[in-house]
Amino acid sequence: MGSVTAAATGPAPAEIAPDPELDDMVELEDPWVTIVWNDPVNLMSYVAFVFRTYFGYTEEKATELMLAVHHEGKAVVSSGRREEQERHVQAMHEYGLWATLERSEL
Amino acid sequence: MKPFVRRRQTVVGVFEQNEAQLMANLTAQVVELLRDRNGPPESSADPLAAMVGMSGPVQPPEDPVLARLLPDAYRDDPEDAAEFRRYTEQALTSTKVANAETVISTLADGGMSEGAHDDVEVELDQGQVLAWLRALTDVRIALAVRLGIDSDEDAERVADSEDPGTAAMADVYDWLGFVQETLVQAAG
Repeated sequence: MGSVTAAATGPAPAEIAPDPELDDMVELEDPWVTIVWNDPVNLMSYVAFVFRTYFGYTEEKATELMLAVHHEGKAVVSSGRREEQERHVQAMHEYGLWATLERSEL
Repeated sequence: MKPFVRRRQTVVGVFEQNEAQLMANLTAQVVELLRDRNGPPESSADPLAAMVGMSGPVQPPEDPVLARLLPDAYRDDPEDAAEFRRYTEQALTSTKVANAETVISTLADGGMSEGAHDDVEVELDQGQVLAWLRALTDVRIALAVRLGIDSDEDAERVADSEDPGTAAMADVYDWLGFVQETLVQAAG
């Protein structure tokens, strides 16, 4: 369901398929991360619901990430290609979650 | 309001008439705010223009509610944030407006009407549940920003406010949280 939603409503501005092998290298060397930040508005149950339904995470993983956001102020909820993370950030904004992306510090 | 419950493939909730009208009114106010920034639907409905980012705004909104509804995607890089905003903000706005319109139309379908007194029963399919959850979030964000809620402590502070206007708005904010909680539970 999540991926369908993302495809239907995401910006998808840069869908020119990259060379698959090159893309794999880029993913290893240059991973981007989607970060969800804590806010006092969103219900814990709703945040976990979003992680389950949009990313397809298990109840356990969704709850773990939600608690990380709540207690630590933020959590990395996804990583990979930049364009992919941009779609995730856009989707999180559709859900009203406060999300940003950045280059991972590896 | 009776909590949302699952009924086979749908989710059903019952609102008192005044509750339904309050919900529709607040939702419409969020739509108005969004349209003040990004124009009426006619000018932002061109999917091709939205996709190629021909005319999207690059500056974050000055209004704090809009700034939270349409946040920067890049925290420490204003140029990337502006570029991302240019080609995504109008699509994000359209999605939020469509969610809000789903809330208003399903309330109307359930019997919401000026001058009516009967309860309003809304029956939502899966897509409508998602629209409701997102629109409720947007309304709660708008109220929280206006109430100055930046932390969990702030939420408690405004609930105990001696200013009647603030206390009333805080009550509505709490109630919408309850509505959303029951909807999340019913949605599973």
